[in-house]
Amino acid sequence: MMSESAEFEFEVLLRRALAPVEPPSDMSERLETTLANLTELAADELESWELGAMRDPRNWVRPVAATVVGTTAGAALVLLRARARAKRRRPDSALDAAEKALRDVFGEARKLLER
Amino acid sequence: MSAPPKPKAELDAEFAELYRSHLRDVYSYAYYRIGNHHDAEDLTEQTFLQAYRHFERAQRESHGRPLRPWLIRIAHNLAANYYRDRSRRPQTPIDDTDALTAPHTTEALVEGRDELQRILEGVNELPDDRREALIMRFALGMDNREIARAMGRTDGATKVLLHRATRQLEQIVKEREKTG
Repeated sequence: MMSESAEFEFEVLLRRALAPVEPPSDMSERLETTLANLTELAADELESWELGAMRDPRNWVRPVAATVVGTTAGAALVLLRARARAKRRRPDSALDAAEKALRDVFGEARKLLER
Repeated sequence: MSAPPKPKAELDAEFAELYRSHLRDVYSYAYYRIGNHHDAEDLTEQTFLQAYRHFERAQRESHGRPLRPWLIRIAHNLAANYYRDRSRRPQTPIDDTDALTAPHTTEALVEGRDELQRILEGVNELPDDRREALIMRFALGMDNREIARAMGRTDGATKVLLHRATRQLEQIVKEREKTG
């Protein structure tokens, strides 16, 4: 049996051996791109839907689902991108940071609306 | 009576916060579980995409409890699929020195490198459930209750699991020290 102090020392070593691993810097960018692709898929689905089919309420489920996916993925994307950019920058003051963060959010929102 | 659904914007903001807070946790779990950066990235991505799909329901059913165990449970299930589909065992993380250079200082690395290597190799020799419990405790800093929720066990069973995992690892490391 190990003494309490030996156990403690082993746990300290274990904590060092299993130190948290930082994800690669492009990790969040990649994930955000995937979310953006989801948004685009949803938009494509809406575009390719024949308007004639829309007259029958039984056909409304898929386009409605596409709208929901598009909206949620898009909005989440705006927030994530804005945060990633804010992280990369080193603003001169808290006011600069707030102003830049706001500009980012509006910029990303505009891009998504233009798609 | 159930609470009215949250507005989408609010849900999205909360998901973005979950992502920001736990990206490193999910990535660390995936990396130590699988043993290489490439597949760890894929697993992390899949975990967040699946979390995104089920976020609203998870929030509703969590009754205000932290969502990290739920997130890690998704990663755990995906990792299990990964091994089942490809019939692979985890690679030894120490083969890729990036895993150690990122979170450790140079001094600490030189000082205990052999010992840390023995421990990491020992972790990979443990049965899956013991290895996972140690990753959650020491790499992610999860407490017994969180680990219990992530692994679908009781708090008591988790405490025993962690204790046995640590003791078994000590034995493995001692054996390795003896054989040099």
